Amino acid sequence: MSVSDTHRTIDAIWRIESAKLIAVLTRIVRDIGLAEDLAHDALVIALEQWSQNGIPNNPGAWLMTTAKRRAIDLIRRNKLRDQKYSEVARNTDLYTEDDMDHNLDGEIGDDLLRLIFMTCHPVLPQEGRVALTLRLLCGLTTDEIARSFLAAEATIAQRIVRAKRTLRDRDIPFEVPAGEELSDRLSAVLEVIYLMFNEGYSATSGNQWIRPLICQEALRLGRVLAEIVPYEPEVHGLVALMEIQSSRFRTRVNSRGEPVLLMDQNRAEWDQLLIRRGLKALDRSQKLGRPFGPYSLQAAISACHAKAPTAPETDWIRIAALYEALSRVLPSPIVDLNRAVAVSMAFGPDFGLQIVDMLGNESSLKGYHLLPSVRGDLLVKLGRFDEARKEFEHAASMTRNERERELLLKRAAECNSAH
Amino acid sequence: MRFMMIVKATSDSEAGVLPSQEQFDAMQKYNEELVRAGVLLAADGLMSSSNGIRISYPEPGGKPKIMDGPFTEAKELIAGYTLIEVKSREEAIEWALRMPDPHGFGQGEIELRQVFEIEELTNNDDLLAKETALRKQVKEQRQA
Repeated sequence: MSVSDTHRTIDAIWRIESAKLIAVLTRIVRDIGLAEDLAHDALVIALEQWSQNGIPNNPGAWLMTTAKRRAIDLIRRNKLRDQKYSEVARNTDLYTEDDMDHNLDGEIGDDLLRLIFMTCHPVLPQEGRVALTLRLLCGLTTDEIARSFLAAEATIAQRIVRAKRTLRDRDIPFEVPAGEELSDRLSAVLEVIYLMFNEGYSATSGNQWIRPLICQEALRLGRVLAEIVPYEPEVHGLVALMEIQSSRFRTRVNSRGEPVLLMDQNRAEWDQLLIRRGLKALDRSQKLGRPFGPYSLQAAISACHAKAPTAPETDWIRIAALYEALSRVLPSPIVDLNRAVAVSMAFGPDFGLQIVDMLGNESSLKGYHLLPSVRGDLLVKLGRFDEARKEFEHAASMTRNERERELLLKRAAECNSAH
Repeated sequence: MRFMMIVKATSDSEAGVLPSQEQFDAMQKYNEELVRAGVLLAADGLMSSSNGIRISYPEPGGKPKIMDGPFTEAKELIAGYTLIEVKSREEAIEWALRMPDPHGFGQGEIELRQVFEIEELTNNDDLLAKETALRKQVKEQRQA
């Protein structure tokens, strides 16, 4: 194996192992930044030794043992400055390979969970949570994160540094929150994952519609979380939602890179494997026997589309009912806007328009291009083309996505020719 | 990117000999590891080829020929597959290396194959450009 082959292999091993390493190290040293440094140290040692001696049989255990040794050395070098550290050192046995295997399901899973609660902690700004999670739990490089967000690498690096500092300065504990706090904190975690997914699913700026690396990372992290906390229905709900939405990646844009609306997509090209996985995850959520939360409801809506063999066969009545339920657990004008679309499909455009018109004064929707876009759509169905054209033009002036703007202007032009 | 780890058949798997409890446990543990890492998409074991049907087209443009199993050349047959979604070819190789020897008596073989995919799972501009060019070419050929 050449040196560059070894490096690429070690990169791959790093990707598989880094989150586990950082999680376990954070438990030992109680500092996320220090834990990451120690994990990197272990990686550097691996690069040196493996390039010469070859890759060991169980590289994950090797890295873990090396990193833990470094952690304990560090604590000892600090001359066991206080009682807390010396206790940590005494209680921390090195893992053997057997221990690694043994610990994979239990302890390391718990450490990963603590780590994700930390990187998604509410003391951090949302963008800091996302960057830190992608970095520490998904093992992405700062450069990869920067490219995904079309941001400068320095900006992302700074976000990560600040987030780590905040966690340290505020003395945020490495723990799974208990009692009532748990559900709020879990929501915060799910929100970060879904934010990552959405950022990839639909770019909000720039002319590149699809930026899927972080989509895939979000989905993978969701799947990991579903195994660590299988008793939380909303985790499965979120996974279901992401699996089903991912099943439509390849049909979301046409060969010219223009967006294709859900109803116009070629269903034969939807990824049936991901749909099945999504339906199964939704089933796991349902089987836990609690009322559906916002993610499970959105997944159930997405599942209605996934299950309809053709667009006209969509069960709009069920979708309208699910949106009604969603608007109760997650009251938001955007949910109402979607409900309006579903209602118009189930019961006619004039009923949908009534809901949209009630949203017209909603201040949070000011500047939201989908409001005039949906209104335009309903007006077209009612044959009110002049009004529709104005709505599409208005919407086009609001969106930041160039492809979407083109689509809206095209629809506006179609209104002119409809006369 | 998606990879399929194809486990080749052996004389035992073709004879319908089930794996030992030890092998079975090792495989199950491995699959759980894939699930916990969030990379497993699907995995199945196949019945032996004596239960299989082969459809071939010996004459170009002719009728298909249907043949019942078993088929003889065990090395060319598959006994199961595991579909994973990973970030790189190296990651796929690393996971394949972690799969336990599927049969354990010298005939074990795992073949790793990448699944054809279009632009939805990449943000590599070069790859996207190549893919677009290829699509265009195919389309032109069809129209010609």
